[in-house]
Amino acid sequence: MSAAPPPASPPASPPSTDPPAAAPAPRSWTARLRGSTLEALPADRVLPDRQPAYVASWIYVFGAATLAALLMVVATGIVLSLAGPQWWHVSSVGHFVNSLHLWSVEIFFVVMVIHLWGKFWMAAWRGHRALTWMTGVVAFLVSIGAAFTGYLVQTNFDAQWIASEAKDGINATGVGAFWNVLDVGQMMLWHVTLLPLGVGAITVLHVLLVRVRGVVPPVGVDTDGTVVRP
Amino acid sequence: MSTVAESAPGPTRPRRSVADLATGPWRGPTRPYDLVKEVVAAFAVIALLTALLAAVFSSPDEPSVTLQGWARSNPNDLVATATGELAGTTTSAGYGPPYTSGGEPQSIGPLHLAEWSGVRIPVDAANDFVINPLTATTRDAAVTSALTTWKGATEDQRTAWATAYADALGKAADGDPAAVASGDYGPVPALTAALLDLAKAGGLDAQLVSAGTAAAGGFYQTDYTRPILFLADSGHLDELAGGQHLHGDQWGMMNETGNYPGQAWLWLYSFWYQVPPFTTSWEPNADALIWGLMMVLSLALLLVPFIPGLRSIPLKVPVYRLIWRDYYRRHQGG
Repeated sequence: MSAAPPPASPPASPPSTDPPAAAPAPRSWTARLRGSTLEALPADRVLPDRQPAYVASWIYVFGAATLAALLMVVATGIVLSLAGPQWWHVSSVGHFVNSLHLWSVEIFFVVMVIHLWGKFWMAAWRGHRALTWMTGVVAFLVSIGAAFTGYLVQTNFDAQWIASEAKDGINATGVGAFWNVLDVGQMMLWHVTLLPLGVGAITVLHVLLVRVRGVVPPVGVDTDGTVVRP
Repeated sequence: MSTVAESAPGPTRPRRSVADLATGPWRGPTRPYDLVKEVVAAFAVIALLTALLAAVFSSPDEPSVTLQGWARSNPNDLVATATGELAGTTTSAGYGPPYTSGGEPQSIGPLHLAEWSGVRIPVDAANDFVINPLTATTRDAAVTSALTTWKGATEDQRTAWATAYADALGKAADGDPAAVASGDYGPVPALTAALLDLAKAGGLDAQLVSAGTAAAGGFYQTDYTRPILFLADSGHLDELAGGQHLHGDQWGMMNETGNYPGQAWLWLYSFWYQVPPFTTSWEPNADALIWGLMMVLSLALLLVPFIPGLRSIPLKVPVYRLIWRDYYRRHQGG
């Protein structure tokens, strides 16, 4: 293909016809994404410094506590993974990090279950918040899978026994043919990559939905704050 | 979306459901709130509590069981298990999908889920656990001769030899091969004795792991399907697990060795294994049925907002009045 010849002389400078810099191209995907994101998640909704007056109970602490425990689980898991799966068997430091990982998981489940029950008794799915509830339940279920694979990759007696027991249940569903709990390599990859990514992604979605929809008001209270059904 | 029937009375307000009342942005009273501070404080408390629990209680780490350790501490059990593999009477030998064809896979009514996947992780118990490891390692003429005899025999003859030897071991004191009555066992005593020697030397551990990764080159090994299946066929692993309260009827795998909470969140799953009919008439299909039940219950939890009756429970059992008691007290009759 031949290149087009250059213009004989520079064109005269006509009056600019470009749109103002602030006006995005109307069909731009980027502009649409930015617009819809900012509309759904304005800064004061993502990082609020005020909350409805009813958000004043100890039960609300457990949502933040679940998030904090998850961060602790991930942080200790990252440290545990640095020196490989056998490190914690032969190092006192490694064993302590493993203990931190174990207990952060235990705490994570305790606070998450309290959070879940709290939201159940609040009927927190009211007011178009069903998806918030559902993402929370999915996060709970995927977390169980993540924890389960953690027990399988301990490379000790617990891992051997749990794998030998669990295979029968999973094989009975047909899933064991594809997800082999006796293959420590497969379970290791699921535990350190796929399932944490799953828990992380669904948690982010869950938190964003809470920010978008807002914290569910008390039962029988109108959104103007009036108790209409005491 | 929830359409709970309860309505809000009020002389000047239209009737609106409880769900509708909660729809839309909050326009009522607010209070100062520091989200970042709360998360940071929560993290600090969780980190401190975690460190405290880790320092005080540590974590369990019972060393894994090796085939070598099994052979040295419980040699008669290994010989009995190997004989069972040759006779085709162990769990692994007749497991069914995904390891072997045939068997009696569990089902949920007419749904034979395990059969749908087929044999995707093929395991030949006699060859994988006994014959192939010996073939790959032996330099002993007697063992080589025993292998030749075994491989040259018909399937019925092999089964007859191994079954007879298994019966004889069962009658011998402590299952000791040295105390077995004489009989027509073919090469089975020689093969199982050679396997015991191989296991005692540590060679069987490597053989069973590498057998599973041979197709991928056989050098890197991460698949422990065969050694765990072989161990699980034994009485040795089962005995060790029972001593650590890990049996299925001891709430099974939700426990850990030692006095640790384990996977306490699996309590409901483990619970079903403790009660009829899963321990009685449904026991042959208990795994499949309990997994099916847990799937249904999980789905119900997921879909609570859409299930009439279930979604109304928190409105009829007013725990919410306790949670929001301050708000109700301050804004009652507004």
